[in-house]
Amino acid sequence: MIVVKDLHKRFGDNEVLNGISEHIQVGEKVVIIGPSGSGKSTFLRCLNLLEMPTSGEIIFDGVSMTDPKTNINQMRQKMGMVFQHFNLFNNLTVMKNMTLAPVRLKLMSKQEAEENAMVLLRRVGLADKAGAYPSQLSGGQKQRIAIVRALAMKPKVMLFDEPTSALDPEMVGEVLEVMKELADDGMTMVVVTHEMGFAREVATRVLFMDGGGILEQGTPEQIFSNPQEERTKLFLSKVL
Amino acid sequence: MDYYTQWKALISSGEDVTFWQEFYVKFYQAFIEADRWKQYLGGVGTTLVVTAMALVIGIILGVLVAMLRTAHDQQLPGHRNPLLGVLNAICSVYTTVIRGTPMMVQLLIMGMVIFASSRNFTAVGALTLGINSGAYVSEIIRGGLMSLDPGQAEAGRSLGLGYLDTMRYIVIPQAFKAVLPALSNEFIILLKDTSLITYIGGKELLYAAQGIYSRTYEAMFPLIGTALIYLAMVMVLTWLQGKLERRLRESDRR
Repeated sequence: MIVVKDLHKRFGDNEVLNGISEHIQVGEKVVIIGPSGSGKSTFLRCLNLLEMPTSGEIIFDGVSMTDPKTNINQMRQKMGMVFQHFNLFNNLTVMKNMTLAPVRLKLMSKQEAEENAMVLLRRVGLADKAGAYPSQLSGGQKQRIAIVRALAMKPKVMLFDEPTSALDPEMVGEVLEVMKELADDGMTMVVVTHEMGFAREVATRVLFMDGGGILEQGTPEQIFSNPQEERTKLFLSKVL
Repeated sequence: MDYYTQWKALISSGEDVTFWQEFYVKFYQAFIEADRWKQYLGGVGTTLVVTAMALVIGIILGVLVAMLRTAHDQQLPGHRNPLLGVLNAICSVYTTVIRGTPMMVQLLIMGMVIFASSRNFTAVGALTLGINSGAYVSEIIRGGLMSLDPGQAEAGRSLGLGYLDTMRYIVIPQAFKAVLPALSNEFIILLKDTSLITYIGGKELLYAAQGIYSRTYEAMFPLIGTALIYLAMVMVLTWLQGKLERRLRESDRR
Protein backbone atom coordinates (compact mmCIF):
# COMPACT_ATOMS: atom_id res chain seq x y z
CA MET A 1 0.00 0.00 0.00
CA ILE A 2 2.85 2.36 0.81
CA VAL A 3 6.17 1.90 -0.94
CA VAL A 4 9.13 4.02 0.14
CA LYS A 5 12.17 4.07 -2.11
CA ASP A 6 15.52 5.41 -0.94
CA LEU A 7 14.03 8.26 1.10
CA HIS A 8 16.41 11.04 2.08
CA LYS A 9 15.58 14.09 4.15
CA ARG A 10 17.98 16.85 4.96
CA PHE A 11 17.43 19.97 7.08
CA GLY A 12 20.31 22.20 5.99
CA ASP A 13 23.46 20.23 6.70
CA ASN A 14 21.68 17.85 9.01
CA GLU A 15 20.81 14.58 7.31
CA VAL A 16 17.78 13.26 9.20
CA LEU A 17 16.89 10.33 6.95
CA ASN A 18 19.59 8.61 4.97
CA GLY A 19 17.99 6.36 2.44
CA ILE A 20 15.01 4.43 3.78
CA SER A 21 13.30 1.83 1.64
CA GLU A 22 10.22 0.10 3.00
CA HIS A 23 7.02 -1.64 1.97
CA ILE A 24 3.89 -1.34 4.07
CA GLN A 25 1.16 -3.81 3.12
CA VAL A 26 -2.60 -3.41 3.48
CA GLY A 27 -3.74 -4.31 6.99
CA GLU A 28 -0.28 -4.13 8.53
CA LYS A 29 0.25 -2.43 11.87
CA VAL A 30 3.76 -1.09 11.70
CA VAL A 31 5.15 0.32 14.92
CA ILE A 32 8.26 2.47 14.71
CA ILE A 33 10.44 2.73 17.81
CA GLY A 34 13.82 4.23 18.45
CA PRO A 35 15.70 6.90 20.38
CA SER A 36 14.75 10.55 19.98
CA GLY A 37 16.42 12.22 17.03
CA SER A 38 16.51 8.95 15.11
CA GLY A 39 14.18 10.32 12.43
CA LYS A 40 11.01 8.39 13.36
CA SER A 41 8.68 11.37 13.25
CA THR A 42 10.32 12.83 10.16
CA PHE A 43 9.88 9.49 8.39
CA LEU A 44 6.21 9.40 9.32
CA ARG A 45 5.67 13.02 8.28
CA CYS A 46 7.32 12.32 4.94
CA LEU A 47 4.71 9.65 4.21
CA ASN A 48 1.96 12.27 3.76
CA LEU A 49 4.41 14.93 2.64
CA LEU A 50 4.04 17.18 5.67
CA GLU A 51 7.81 17.10 5.28
CA MET A 52 9.03 17.25 1.71
CA PRO A 53 11.64 14.53 1.14
CA THR A 54 14.96 15.80 -0.17
CA SER A 55 15.11 12.84 -2.52
CA GLY A 56 13.55 9.43 -2.98
CA GLU A 57 10.07 8.32 -3.85
CA ILE A 58 6.90 7.52 -1.91
CA ILE A 59 4.16 5.57 -3.64
CA PHE A 60 0.79 5.37 -1.93
CA ASP A 61 -2.03 3.33 -3.38
CA GLY A 62 -0.18 3.06 -6.67
CA VAL A 63 0.33 6.83 -7.03
CA SER A 64 3.64 8.57 -6.57
CA MET A 65 3.24 11.14 -3.77
CA THR A 66 6.54 12.80 -4.64
CA ASP A 67 5.61 13.41 -8.27
CA PRO A 68 5.00 17.19 -8.56
CA LYS A 69 1.97 16.50 -10.78
CA THR A 70 0.20 14.50 -8.07
CA ASN A 71 -2.65 16.25 -6.27
CA ILE A 72 -1.31 15.98 -2.75
CA ASN A 73 -4.53 17.20 -1.12
CA GLN A 74 -6.47 14.40 -2.74
CA MET A 75 -3.92 11.81 -1.61
CA ARG A 76 -3.92 13.13 1.94
CA GLN A 77 -7.68 12.60 2.19
CA LYS A 78 -6.94 8.88 2.26
CA MET A 79 -4.21 9.14 4.90
CA GLY A 80 -5.40 10.01 8.37
CA MET A 81 -2.88 11.55 10.73
CA VAL A 82 -2.87 11.88 14.50
CA PHE A 83 -0.41 14.26 16.12
CA GLN A 84 1.42 14.29 19.42
CA HIS A 85 -0.20 17.59 20.37
CA PHE A 86 -3.67 16.66 19.07
CA ASN A 87 -3.93 19.77 16.90
CA LEU A 88 -7.69 20.02 17.19
CA PHE A 89 -8.93 23.23 15.61
CA ASN A 90 -9.29 25.45 18.65
CA ASN A 91 -11.76 27.82 17.03
CA LEU A 92 -14.25 25.09 16.14
CA THR A 93 -16.49 22.78 18.14
CA VAL A 94 -15.82 19.06 18.18
CA MET A 95 -18.57 18.53 15.62
CA LYS A 96 -17.15 21.20 13.29
CA ASN A 97 -13.67 19.75 13.75
CA MET A 98 -14.97 16.46 12.44
CA THR A 99 -17.20 17.72 9.63
CA LEU A 100 -15.17 20.62 8.20
CA ALA A 101 -12.96 18.58 5.89
CA PRO A 102 -15.49 16.00 4.61
CA VAL A 103 -18.08 18.69 3.88
CA ARG A 104 -15.67 21.24 2.47
CA LEU A 105 -14.07 18.62 0.21
CA LYS A 106 -17.56 17.56 -0.91
CA LEU A 107 -17.13 13.96 0.17
CA MET A 108 -20.34 14.09 2.19
CA SER A 109 -23.31 16.37 2.67
CA LYS A 110 -23.43 18.28 5.95
CA GLN A 111 -26.08 15.94 7.30
CA GLU A 112 -24.20 12.79 6.29
CA ALA A 113 -21.01 14.13 7.81
CA GLU A 114 -22.78 14.96 11.09
CA GLU A 115 -24.38 11.54 11.29
CA ASN A 116 -21.05 9.91 10.53
CA ALA A 117 -19.38 12.05 13.19
CA MET A 118 -21.96 11.08 15.80
CA VAL A 119 -21.43 7.38 15.07
CA LEU A 120 -17.69 7.83 15.53
CA LEU A 121 -18.11 9.92 18.68
CA ARG A 122 -20.34 7.25 20.19
CA ARG A 123 -17.71 4.67 19.38
CA VAL A 124 -15.16 6.52 21.52
CA GLY A 125 -17.73 7.41 24.17
CA LEU A 126 -17.67 11.15 23.56
CA ALA A 127 -21.05 11.75 21.93
CA ASP A 128 -21.91 14.26 24.66
CA LYS A 129 -18.93 16.44 23.65
CA ALA A 130 -20.12 17.18 20.11
CA GLY A 131 -20.86 20.81 20.97
CA ALA A 132 -17.80 21.38 23.14
CA TYR A 133 -14.73 23.35 22.19
CA PRO A 134 -11.29 21.71 22.41
CA SER A 135 -10.32 23.90 25.38
CA GLN A 136 -13.06 22.21 27.40
CA LEU A 137 -11.65 18.70 26.90
CA SER A 138 -9.00 16.71 28.73
CA GLY A 139 -5.90 15.56 26.86
CA GLY A 140 -7.18 12.03 26.46
CA GLN A 141 -10.51 13.28 25.18
CA LYS A 142 -8.76 15.57 22.71
CA GLN A 143 -6.68 12.76 21.33
CA ARG A 144 -9.68 10.44 20.98
CA ILE A 145 -11.46 13.23 19.09
CA ALA A 146 -8.37 13.75 16.93
CA ILE A 147 -8.43 10.06 16.03
CA VAL A 148 -12.09 10.07 15.05
CA ARG A 149 -11.62 13.35 13.20
CA ALA A 150 -9.11 11.57 10.98
CA LEU A 151 -11.42 8.55 10.72
CA ALA A 152 -14.28 10.78 9.58
CA MET A 153 -12.47 11.07 6.25
CA LYS A 154 -12.64 7.25 5.89
CA PRO A 155 -8.91 6.96 5.30
CA LYS A 156 -7.14 3.85 4.01
CA VAL A 157 -4.21 4.23 6.36
CA MET A 158 -3.73 5.95 9.71
CA LEU A 159 -0.47 7.58 10.72
CA PHE A 160 0.15 8.15 14.44
CA ASP A 161 2.94 10.49 15.52
CA GLU A 162 3.61 9.74 19.21
CA PRO A 163 -0.11 9.94 20.03
CA THR A 164 0.30 9.37 23.78
CA SER A 165 3.52 11.28 24.49
CA ALA A 166 1.82 14.50 25.52
CA LEU A 167 -0.78 12.82 27.73
CA ASP A 168 -1.03 12.46 31.49
CA PRO A 169 -0.18 8.84 32.37
CA GLU A 170 -3.76 8.27 33.47
CA MET A 171 -5.07 9.10 30.01
CA VAL A 172 -2.70 7.00 27.94
CA GLY A 173 -4.85 3.90 28.38
CA GLU A 174 -8.04 5.35 26.93
CA VAL A 175 -6.23 6.47 23.77
CA LEU A 176 -4.41 3.17 23.30
CA GLU A 177 -7.72 1.39 23.74
CA VAL A 178 -9.20 3.29 20.80
CA MET A 179 -6.13 2.50 18.73
CA LYS A 180 -6.36 -1.19 19.57
CA GLU A 181 -9.98 -1.30 18.49
CA LEU A 182 -9.00 0.38 15.27
CA ALA A 183 -6.29 -2.22 14.73
CA ASP A 184 -8.76 -5.02 15.38
CA ASP A 185 -11.03 -3.53 12.72
CA GLY A 186 -8.29 -4.14 10.20
CA MET A 187 -7.08 -0.56 9.65
CA THR A 188 -3.60 -0.22 8.16
CA MET A 189 -1.59 1.69 10.75
CA VAL A 190 1.84 3.23 11.04
CA VAL A 191 2.57 4.24 14.62
CA VAL A 192 5.53 6.08 16.07
CA THR A 193 5.42 5.47 19.80
CA HIS A 194 7.29 4.85 23.03
CA GLU A 195 4.54 2.56 24.32
CA MET A 196 6.35 -0.76 24.12
CA GLY A 197 3.37 -2.63 25.55
CA PHE A 198 1.23 -1.39 22.70
CA ALA A 199 3.91 -2.30 20.17
CA ARG A 200 4.15 -5.83 21.57
CA GLU A 201 0.42 -6.36 21.60
CA VAL A 202 -0.74 -4.70 18.38
CA ALA A 203 2.16 -4.53 15.96
CA THR A 204 2.48 -6.96 13.09
CA ARG A 205 5.94 -5.55 12.48
CA VAL A 206 8.27 -3.40 14.55
CA LEU A 207 10.87 -1.09 12.98
CA PHE A 208 13.78 0.06 15.11
CA MET A 209 15.20 3.32 13.80
CA ASP A 210 18.50 4.90 14.69
CA GLY A 211 20.61 7.59 13.03
CA GLY A 212 18.20 8.23 10.18
CA GLY A 213 17.76 4.67 9.03
CA ILE A 214 15.99 1.43 9.91
CA LEU A 215 18.53 -0.53 11.88
CA GLU A 216 16.50 -3.61 12.55
CA GLN A 217 12.98 -4.88 12.00
CA GLY A 218 10.86 -7.92 12.66
CA THR A 219 7.89 -9.24 14.54
CA PRO A 220 7.42 -7.93 18.09
CA GLU A 221 8.76 -11.25 19.45
CA GLN A 222 11.92 -10.98 17.38
CA ILE A 223 12.59 -7.36 18.32
CA PHE A 224 11.65 -7.47 21.98
CA SER A 225 12.81 -10.98 22.91
CA ASN A 226 15.71 -11.52 20.58
CA PRO A 227 17.15 -8.27 19.22
CA GLN A 228 20.19 -8.72 17.00
CA GLU A 229 21.80 -5.28 17.02
CA GLU A 230 23.70 -3.91 20.01
CA ARG A 231 21.99 -0.53 19.64
CA THR A 232 18.55 -2.15 19.76
CA LYS A 233 19.49 -4.11 22.89
CA LEU A 234 20.79 -0.96 24.57
CA PHE A 235 17.64 0.99 23.69
CA LEU A 236 15.30 -1.75 24.85
CA SER A 237 17.22 -2.25 28.08
CA LYS A 238 16.54 1.39 28.89
CA VAL A 239 12.86 1.56 27.98
CA LEU A 240 11.56 -1.85 29.04
CA MET B 1 -32.20 91.01 23.00
CA ASP B 2 -30.66 87.64 23.89
CA TYR B 3 -27.78 87.10 26.31
CA TYR B 4 -25.29 86.40 23.53
CA THR B 5 -25.55 89.79 21.84
CA GLN B 6 -25.86 91.53 25.24
CA TRP B 7 -22.76 89.95 26.77
CA LYS B 8 -20.75 90.09 23.56
CA ALA B 9 -21.32 93.85 23.50
CA LEU B 10 -20.14 94.03 27.11
CA ILE B 11 -16.94 92.12 26.26
CA SER B 12 -16.14 94.17 23.18
CA SER B 13 -16.64 97.41 25.09
CA GLY B 14 -14.02 96.20 27.56
CA GLU B 15 -16.28 95.81 30.57
CA ASP B 16 -15.75 93.24 33.27
CA VAL B 17 -17.79 90.07 32.75
CA THR B 18 -17.97 86.91 34.84
CA PHE B 19 -16.20 83.74 33.76
CA TRP B 20 -19.49 82.12 32.90
CA GLN B 21 -20.66 85.01 30.79
CA GLU B 22 -17.45 84.84 28.76
CA PHE B 23 -17.73 81.05 28.52
CA TYR B 24 -21.27 81.32 27.23
CA VAL B 25 -20.35 83.88 24.60
CA LYS B 26 -17.41 81.88 23.31
CA PHE B 27 -19.32 78.62 23.33
CA TYR B 28 -22.20 80.21 21.49
CA GLN B 29 -19.83 81.68 18.96
CA ALA B 30 -18.04 78.39 18.36
CA PHE B 31 -21.00 76.07 18.12
CA ILE B 32 -24.36 77.78 17.86
CA GLU B 33 -24.06 81.06 16.01
CA ALA B 34 -24.89 80.68 12.30
CA ASP B 35 -25.73 77.03 12.96
CA ARG B 36 -22.02 76.18 13.16
CA TRP B 37 -22.73 72.85 14.85
CA LYS B 38 -23.87 71.69 11.44
CA GLN B 39 -20.33 72.18 10.14
CA TYR B 40 -18.93 69.97 12.90
CA LEU B 41 -21.57 67.40 12.17
CA GLY B 42 -20.68 67.47 8.50
CA GLY B 43 -17.03 67.09 9.48
CA VAL B 44 -17.84 64.09 11.65
CA GLY B 45 -19.71 62.58 8.72
CA THR B 46 -16.69 62.97 6.45
CA THR B 47 -14.38 61.62 9.14
CA LEU B 48 -16.51 58.51 9.53
CA VAL B 49 -16.86 57.97 5.78
CA VAL B 50 -13.12 58.38 5.22
CA THR B 51 -12.34 56.08 8.14
CA ALA B 52 -14.73 53.42 6.87
CA MET B 53 -13.38 53.58 3.33
CA ALA B 54 -9.77 53.56 4.47
CA LEU B 55 -10.56 50.70 6.85
CA VAL B 56 -11.94 48.55 4.04
CA ILE B 57 -9.02 49.35 1.72
CA GLY B 58 -6.55 48.80 4.56
CA ILE B 59 -7.99 45.43 5.58
CA ILE B 60 -8.20 44.12 2.01
CA LEU B 61 -4.66 45.25 1.21
CA GLY B 62 -3.34 44.11 4.59
CA VAL B 63 -4.85 40.62 4.45
CA LEU B 64 -3.76 40.18 0.85
CA VAL B 65 -0.18 41.27 1.50
CA ALA B 66 0.06 39.28 4.73
CA MET B 67 -1.21 36.10 3.05
CA LEU B 68 1.07 36.48 0.05
CA ARG B 69 4.11 37.03 2.21
CA THR B 70 3.24 34.17 4.55
CA ALA B 71 2.54 31.86 1.61
CA HIS B 72 5.88 32.83 0.14
CA ASP B 73 7.72 32.20 3.40
CA GLN B 74 6.00 28.87 3.99
CA GLN B 75 6.85 27.29 0.65
CA LEU B 76 8.59 23.97 0.84
CA PRO B 77 12.23 24.16 -0.19
CA GLY B 78 12.64 23.08 -3.78
CA HIS B 79 9.01 23.89 -4.60
CA ARG B 80 9.21 27.67 -4.90
CA ASN B 81 6.68 29.39 -7.08
CA PRO B 82 8.36 32.15 -9.16
CA LEU B 83 5.14 34.20 -9.40
CA LEU B 84 4.89 34.21 -5.61
CA GLY B 85 8.48 35.43 -5.49
CA VAL B 86 7.66 38.43 -7.68
CA LEU B 87 4.49 39.24 -5.70
CA ASN B 88 6.42 38.94 -2.45
CA ALA B 89 9.01 41.43 -3.74
CA ILE B 90 6.26 43.89 -4.68
CA CYS B 91 4.65 43.52 -1.25
CA SER B 92 7.99 44.01 0.41
CA VAL B 93 8.61 47.28 -1.49
CA TYR B 94 5.10 48.44 -0.60
CA THR B 95 5.49 47.96 3.15
CA THR B 96 8.99 49.42 3.12
CA VAL B 97 8.00 52.59 1.25
CA ILE B 98 4.75 53.17 3.12
CA ARG B 99 6.17 52.52 6.57
CA GLY B 100 9.31 54.45 5.73
CA THR B 101 7.72 57.76 4.79
CA PRO B 102 5.55 60.10 6.88
CA MET B 103 1.79 59.89 6.48
CA MET B 104 1.66 63.64 5.92
CA VAL B 105 4.13 63.49 3.04
CA GLN B 106 2.20 60.63 1.46
CA LEU B 107 -1.00 62.66 1.68
CA LEU B 108 0.59 65.71 0.08
CA ILE B 109 2.13 63.63 -2.72
CA MET B 110 -1.21 61.96 -3.42
CA GLY B 111 -3.22 65.18 -3.17
CA MET B 112 -0.88 67.60 -4.90
CA VAL B 113 1.14 65.45 -7.30
CA ILE B 114 -0.59 62.22 -8.29
CA PHE B 115 -4.18 63.41 -8.04
CA ALA B 116 -3.42 67.13 -8.38
CA SER B 117 -6.31 67.65 -10.80
CA SER B 118 -8.87 65.83 -8.66
CA ARG B 119 -11.34 67.85 -6.63
CA ASN B 120 -12.59 64.84 -4.73
CA PHE B 121 -10.38 65.38 -1.69
CA THR B 122 -12.32 63.00 0.46
CA ALA B 123 -11.76 60.08 -1.90
CA VAL B 124 -8.08 60.88 -2.36
CA GLY B 125 -7.70 61.13 1.41
CA ALA B 126 -9.48 57.84 2.01
CA LEU B 127 -7.38 56.11 -0.63
CA THR B 128 -4.13 57.43 0.83
CA LEU B 129 -5.09 56.50 4.38
CA GLY B 130 -6.20 53.06 3.21
CA ILE B 131 -2.94 52.39 1.40
CA ASN B 132 -1.03 53.62 4.43
CA SER B 133 -3.05 51.56 6.87
CA GLY B 134 -2.73 48.43 4.71
CA ALA B 135 1.02 48.34 5.23
CA TYR B 136 0.64 48.32 9.01
CA VAL B 137 -2.33 45.96 8.99
CA SER B 138 -0.39 43.49 6.84
CA GLU B 139 2.42 43.33 9.38
CA ILE B 140 -0.03 42.94 12.27
CA ILE B 141 -1.82 40.09 10.49
CA ARG B 142 1.45 38.49 9.41
CA GLY B 143 2.48 38.49 13.05
CA GLY B 144 -0.80 36.79 13.96
CA LEU B 145 -0.42 34.17 11.25
CA MET B 146 3.11 33.38 12.38
CA SER B 147 2.23 33.25 16.07
CA LEU B 148 -0.25 30.44 15.55
CA ASP B 149 0.94 26.89 16.32
CA PRO B 150 1.96 25.40 12.93
CA GLY B 151 0.25 22.20 14.08
CA GLN B 152 -3.13 23.82 13.41
CA ALA B 153 -2.35 24.29 9.73
CA GLU B 154 -0.66 20.88 9.54
CA ALA B 155 -3.78 19.21 10.89
CA GLY B 156 -5.86 20.97 8.25
CA ARG B 157 -3.51 19.97 5.46
CA SER B 158 -3.26 16.39 6.73
CA LEU B 159 -7.03 16.08 6.30
CA GLY B 160 -6.64 17.03 2.66
CA LEU B 161 -7.80 20.64 2.96
CA GLY B 162 -6.00 22.99 0.57
CA TYR B 163 -3.84 25.92 1.62
CA LEU B 164 -6.59 28.49 1.12
CA ASP B 165 -9.27 26.47 2.92
CA THR B 166 -6.91 25.86 5.83
CA MET B 167 -6.20 29.58 5.99
CA ARG B 168 -9.85 30.57 5.74
CA TYR B 169 -11.41 28.17 8.23
CA ILE B 170 -8.62 27.48 10.69
CA VAL B 171 -5.67 29.85 10.64
CA ILE B 172 -7.20 33.27 9.93
CA PRO B 173 -10.05 33.04 12.48
CA GLN B 174 -7.58 32.16 15.22
CA ALA B 175 -4.98 34.68 14.08
CA PHE B 176 -7.65 37.39 13.92
CA LYS B 177 -8.59 36.81 17.54
CA ALA B 178 -4.96 37.04 18.57
CA VAL B 179 -4.31 40.33 16.75
CA LEU B 180 -7.60 42.06 17.53
CA PRO B 181 -6.09 44.40 20.16
CA ALA B 182 -3.26 45.42 17.81
CA LEU B 183 -5.71 45.81 14.96
CA SER B 184 -8.00 48.01 17.06
CA ASN B 185 -5.01 50.14 17.89
CA GLU B 186 -4.36 50.60 14.19
CA PHE B 187 -7.98 51.54 13.54
CA ILE B 188 -7.97 54.11 16.31
CA ILE B 189 -4.88 55.67 14.78
CA LEU B 190 -6.58 55.60 11.39
CA LEU B 191 -9.66 57.38 12.73
CA LYS B 192 -7.55 60.14 14.22
CA ASP B 193 -5.27 60.41 11.19
CA THR B 194 -8.25 61.40 9.08
CA SER B 195 -7.67 64.85 10.57
CA LEU B 196 -4.62 65.10 8.31
CA ILE B 197 -6.70 65.17 5.13
CA THR B 198 -7.59 68.71 6.12
CA TYR B 199 -4.24 69.64 4.60
CA ILE B 200 -5.21 68.48 1.13
CA GLY B 201 -8.61 70.14 1.39
CA GLY B 202 -10.69 67.28 2.76
CA LYS B 203 -13.73 68.77 4.54
CA GLU B 204 -13.22 66.79 7.67
CA LEU B 205 -13.92 67.60 11.35
CA LEU B 206 -10.69 69.53 11.91
CA TYR B 207 -11.30 71.42 8.64
CA ALA B 208 -14.63 72.61 10.02
CA ALA B 209 -13.01 73.74 13.27
CA GLN B 210 -10.30 75.63 11.42
CA GLY B 211 -12.85 77.36 9.23
CA ILE B 212 -14.75 78.47 12.31
CA TYR B 213 -11.86 79.83 14.36
CA SER B 214 -10.41 81.66 11.39
CA ARG B 215 -13.73 83.51 11.31
CA THR B 216 -14.24 84.09 15.04
CA TYR B 217 -10.57 84.54 16.05
CA GLU B 218 -11.25 82.29 18.98
CA ALA B 219 -9.51 78.91 18.65
CA MET B 220 -9.92 77.32 22.05
CA PHE B 221 -13.54 76.26 21.84
CA PRO B 222 -13.52 74.84 18.32
CA LEU B 223 -10.30 72.92 18.99
CA ILE B 224 -11.27 71.57 22.40
CA GLY B 225 -14.65 70.69 20.94
CA THR B 226 -12.98 68.85 18.08
CA ALA B 227 -10.75 66.96 20.50
CA LEU B 228 -13.76 65.90 22.58
CA ILE B 229 -15.63 64.69 19.51
CA TYR B 230 -12.63 62.57 18.46
CA LEU B 231 -12.36 61.21 21.98
CA ALA B 232 -16.02 60.24 21.94
CA MET B 233 -15.65 58.47 18.59
CA VAL B 234 -12.59 56.54 19.77
CA MET B 235 -14.40 55.53 22.95
CA VAL B 236 -17.26 54.12 20.89
CA LEU B 237 -14.71 52.20 18.81
CA THR B 238 -13.03 50.82 21.94
CA TRP B 239 -16.40 49.75 23.29
CA LEU B 240 -17.13 47.90 20.05
CA GLN B 241 -13.73 46.22 20.25
CA GLY B 242 -14.52 44.96 23.75
CA LYS B 243 -17.83 43.53 22.56
CA LEU B 244 -16.18 41.78 19.61
CA GLU B 245 -13.45 40.34 21.83
CA ARG B 246 -16.00 38.87 24.20
CA ARG B 247 -17.79 37.24 21.29
CA LEU B 248 -14.59 35.78 19.89
CA ARG B 249 -13.65 34.40 23.30
CA GLU B 250 -16.54 31.97 23.09
CA SER B 251 -14.25 29.11 22.09
CA ASP B 252 -12.02 29.75 25.12
CA ARG B 253 -14.66 29.05 27.73
CA ARG B 254 -13.82 26.15 29.97
